[in-house]
Amino acid sequence: MSHKKELIKFQIDGLTVEAEKGQMLLPAALEYGFEIPHLCYHEAVSPYGACRLCLVEVTKGGRTMMTTSCNYPVDAGLDVATNTENVQRARQMILELLLARAPHSEKIRAMARDAGVEETRFRVIEDADDCILCGLCERVCREVVGANALTFVNRGDRREVAPPFGDPIACIACGACVYVCPTDCIKMKEEGDERTIVRWKRTLKMQPCQSCGKPFAPVFQLNWIIERAQLPKDFYALCPVCRKTKKG
Amino acid sequence: MTGAQLENILKKHDYQKSSLLAILQDVQALDNYLPRKTLEAMSQRLQVPLTQIYYLATFYRAFSLTPRGDHLVTVCTGTACHVKGAATILNTLERELAVQPGETTSDKKYTLETVNCLGSCALAPLVVLDGHYHGRMVGTKVLSLLKGDKKDASKKS
Amino acid sequence: MPLKSPDELEQLRTKILEERKAQGEKKGIVLCTGTGCRGAGASEVFDAFKKALGKKSAIEFKSTCCHGFCERGPITIVEPLGIFYQGVTPADVPQIIAETVTKGQVIEKLLYRDPATGQTIPTEKAIPFYTKQNRLVFGNNRHLDPTRIEDYMAMGGYKALVKALFHMSPEEVIEEIKRSGLRGRGGGGFPAGRKWESCRKAHGDIKYVICNCDEGDPGAYMDRSLMEGNPHSVLEGMLIGAYAIGSSEGYVYVRNEYPLAVKNVGIAIEQATKMGLLGKDILGSGFDFSLVINKGGGAFVAGESSALMASIEGYVAEPRAKHIHMTESGLWERPTNLNNVETWANVPVIIEKGADWYASIGTQGSKGTKIFSLVGKINNTGLIEVPMGMTLREIVYDIGGGIPGGKRFKAVQTGGPSGGCIPESLLDLPVDFDELTKAGSMMGSGGMIVMDESTCMVDVAKYFMHFLKDESCGKCTSCRDGTLRMYEVLDAITKGKGKEGDIEFLEEIGWMTAEASLCALGGSAANPVLSTIRYFRDEYEAHISAKRCPAGVCTELITFTIDPKACIACGKCRKGCPTEAITGEKKVPHKIVQAKCIKCGTCREVCPSDAVKVA
Repeated sequence: MSHKKELIKFQIDGLTVEAEKGQMLLPAALEYGFEIPHLCYHEAVSPYGACRLCLVEVTKGGRTMMTTSCNYPVDAGLDVATNTENVQRARQMILELLLARAPHSEKIRAMARDAGVEETRFRVIEDADDCILCGLCERVCREVVGANALTFVNRGDRREVAPPFGDPIACIACGACVYVCPTDCIKMKEEGDERTIVRWKRTLKMQPCQSCGKPFAPVFQLNWIIERAQLPKDFYALCPVCRKTKKG
Repeated sequence: MTGAQLENILKKHDYQKSSLLAILQDVQALDNYLPRKTLEAMSQRLQVPLTQIYYLATFYRAFSLTPRGDHLVTVCTGTACHVKGAATILNTLERELAVQPGETTSDKKYTLETVNCLGSCALAPLVVLDGHYHGRMVGTKVLSLLKGDKKDASKKS
Repeated sequence: MPLKSPDELEQLRTKILEERKAQGEKKGIVLCTGTGCRGAGASEVFDAFKKALGKKSAIEFKSTCCHGFCERGPITIVEPLGIFYQGVTPADVPQIIAETVTKGQVIEKLLYRDPATGQTIPTEKAIPFYTKQNRLVFGNNRHLDPTRIEDYMAMGGYKALVKALFHMSPEEVIEEIKRSGLRGRGGGGFPAGRKWESCRKAHGDIKYVICNCDEGDPGAYMDRSLMEGNPHSVLEGMLIGAYAIGSSEGYVYVRNEYPLAVKNVGIAIEQATKMGLLGKDILGSGFDFSLVINKGGGAFVAGESSALMASIEGYVAEPRAKHIHMTESGLWERPTNLNNVETWANVPVIIEKGADWYASIGTQGSKGTKIFSLVGKINNTGLIEVPMGMTLREIVYDIGGGIPGGKRFKAVQTGGPSGGCIPESLLDLPVDFDELTKAGSMMGSGGMIVMDESTCMVDVAKYFMHFLKDESCGKCTSCRDGTLRMYEVLDAITKGKGKEGDIEFLEEIGWMTAEASLCALGGSAANPVLSTIRYFRDEYEAHISAKRCPAGVCTELITFTIDPKACIACGKCRKGCPTEAITGEKKVPHKIVQAKCIKCGTCREVCPSDAVKVA
């Protein structure tokens, strides 16, 4: 069934590389072991180009320009430079800006150190909660899960990510956003039979397994899946562990 | 807004998702803001996620998610107006009305807004009160304008 | 009604012209009712004229949109003498009809008076503001009622369309536009002909043309006046462009803040459609083209082409990466050609008069004319159209009439928030795309904000950063946080909290914002900061080192005092002070209590003896 995809040859830091047509520079480079820092790129969702960390310099037809590599398609005859002086300089200041938004993120601190940035000259933003507005949470919620519970709100320096009207009624507390967040600023906790996605203030009661009695997933979530996938109403009577045991 | 009124607006735009911006403009024109219930109904009727509608409503300056006051006071903060003292006029209004741009006074009488250029630069600095243009403003004139706004306001634009 | 052939169009035109000729040199009144003049009271003047003239009148009354001399609005012109009246009020209407229209007598107090000579100049043609201009594109506004397609026809409208549709191939049209040297008038300055060509060559049966009337640069309103006052010139341009590119669907995107422009272009589309100039099989040519109007939602970034297209598609105006050009994949991923209002309006002129004629105007790299909005600290505020290559000095002094109040010229800001400030030393710079870019600014859409000695250039940079951080879509860390942080540094400087190294820090942030951002908003965001540092570094240094604002603007750095020698103790300042910071009694010079003073400037405003000093 799969047809052979066209392979594109180009250069990264002097090395001749190959990638499938339609692929972006960043994943192609990462596959070859080039270390290009990135935060808002995740293979599960479409590239967005928000964090600007994955900047590289590309030269084509004699013209060189700085561009993000996560959303730049591979192209024959392209000459990519991942660590020029310009790239380093831009990257350093971007990391300084990110540190001022996400002062508690160990990941960003480590990336900054690798790039030669020990601290930020920028005033840490008020009530810094480590969100860097990468949009991975809203992208995964929209593109992969399909719950559409989160969105970017406002523009410019007032931009944030939140559920509409601050009311997380569409959130199914699946935890996908928790998983993809690069700065760990979305926390999930479970207390008794309740699961809470802390950042969105979403608390849902979990369904106890009919066999072992352990609460394993929010009722709201299970019903949502059942309805969308047109499953039988008792599909999730057992938790994943017990279901496996039962099958076995 | 009644269900029928919303339906009329949606019908006018052929229920097109690409006409969301125009639909929101019509809703705002009718209700003077975007009521949550209307946006939720719109999401249902058009089969568009509420998130997309909410993002549009908060991204574009034309929309307000909170009810606006009886009177809209807009200060033009375009470059020509700025250079001719718009900042001072805005400060005067902020002080007098005790609100920031985008907010409505507690008695619901005035909503203060700024706009980045109305293209009437010959009249800089400009204040628009309920659609009436008032040019060559200064602090004292603005205060008189507010005080006298119950009377016949001059110069509709 | 729909005209089915070019012959029918010409027959109609001849009919219209003959009817007008038969009426002879009719007495007429032309009143400008563009948004600018309306703001000055033109609507009331319109009502007054309508009432006074009644239905019977042998006097023709035409309302137009925008004669360009906005400073002197409401403007009324009495034909056939061409008597120019300024600042007309409803009270003047009876006198104008009785004396000027009927008897040909001028009313002195309404005439334009040359500030240099003190002489009145009764006719429009002789007024220096107009004589120095070359009103190739904008000049027609003065002659037509935008809600009457017959007026546009009487001026030769749609002749260029016929020439293109019936006597030129699409490739020939593109060649003509290329040869003319027309460059985009919206700010980018990209050669229009080349853009059309790449769109024509792109793969796809369905292609779109878009008119960008989002005109977001504060202080620029040329596009608004073109749309309000001569929408058919834009429609004709789009028709010709669509034919050349192979598109049958077009969009006119008008910003939300221009209701009159939306109204008038809507009327124009309706009338053109009725006449068969829009729709299917236009004039029997086999070419179809229809237009839809989209209103903006209040976002400066929507003026960026990919953001504008996202907005038409029903999304927020977030720009996207343009590794693949819009001409190949734009609106709904189809080849799309977007041009600015003024660019489109130049097209019929070029097709009718020829590329060679057009290219004889302007400079080597910048052909044709450009409409500018000349605003700010200038005597003759308004819209002007000059050939590319005219110097800034000629524009500011010969046309603009210099700086009001005898103040000193300091800078002219061009290119809006993406541009920079040009100082006095460069006043002899010719207005040209490349020259302005070399000087650290850019042509932009045509806003020209004149600044004088009382403008603080650090405050100007801060103003633009405030604007940009608000208008940034917020996607890119580099733009969103770059503009925010530049604003923070500038804000601190204007509040006396600047420190050594701030200028270099601003330059660093500016560099990063320009290099790392996705679109031109971020890409050019640093220009206002970098150009003011380049030419007015001394002002920055005064704020930072001496904690002083030489222009007397930054409130934390200035002090208001009352000169006891000039004070006449009238008490006006004391009564007007919002914080009761002024003490004094009758016959005793008043004093400002510094601790209570909030620097609002009310005292200076109301003082009849100019006793309030700012230092």
